[in-house]
Amino acid sequence: MKRKSPLCSPKADPSPPPRDLRLRFLALGLLASGLSACQTVQPWERAFLADYTMRPDRDPLAQAMTEHLYFSREAAYGGEGVGGGGCGCN
Amino acid sequence: MKSRTDLLRAAAFWATAFLLAPGTLSSAKAGTAVGEVFPDLGKFQLEGALPKTAGKVVLVDFWASWCGPCRKSFPVYDQLTKTYGPKGFVVVAVSVDEDPDAYRKFLAKHKPGFATVLDASQALAKKVQPATMPTSFLIDRKGRVRFIHAGFHGKKTQAAYEKEIAALLAES
Repeated sequence: MKRKSPLCSPKADPSPPPRDLRLRFLALGLLASGLSACQTVQPWERAFLADYTMRPDRDPLAQAMTEHLYFSREAAYGGEGVGGGGCGCN
Repeated sequence: MKSRTDLLRAAAFWATAFLLAPGTLSSAKAGTAVGEVFPDLGKFQLEGALPKTAGKVVLVDFWASWCGPCRKSFPVYDQLTKTYGPKGFVVVAVSVDEDPDAYRKFLAKHKPGFATVLDASQALAKKVQPATMPTSFLIDRKGRVRFIHAGFHGKKTQAAYEKEIAALLAES
């Protein structure tokens, strides 16, 4: 016997509304807040960020090529920020 | 529809909570402010010899080998030590380097004419909370923080130091 899918049936009941939407939202919020893991790196903890390898402009050739790419392909050019790494000093 | 308003309200609440959370957490820090007594350096297991600071005007500077402006500040501290040292001024440069080798290499290269110590565990830095690298605390003869300099801006900072140190030395 072939049963008709409830989705296709025009008489099928709509899925019951959630019992307590607020409670669900609270649970979702708590879950999401557990996922947020932002932390401020303190000024005295930036040794690795200040490392030379963290500099976006450490390779002059790559830098020149990127700049050329932006210049020739994009209307937005310039404003790449200041040089230097993530020391955040001064 | 009531449930929809509830939903929107809940969404607004969580959005605000997310935006405010990091700010609230970081604003709850202690740190050392102007007017407070600076913590006793002897209690923080710093590597290196501490100079005698009792009754002197002290400049406690937080620096690191990886910090550019700190490097520039060293000759200025050298000069300040030369000028005001005999009158009762002393510099204690606290490095927050986690890598002791980087600290030693820096000292070997720059050979400062003032006391340097290493706070490898960063316990002192966590207590005092310097705002940036470098940050210096100018302490009067009674051990109270009188001026805080966040960052080093060359001649401008040097001139401020000279003025402030001279004023603090003049106090009894």
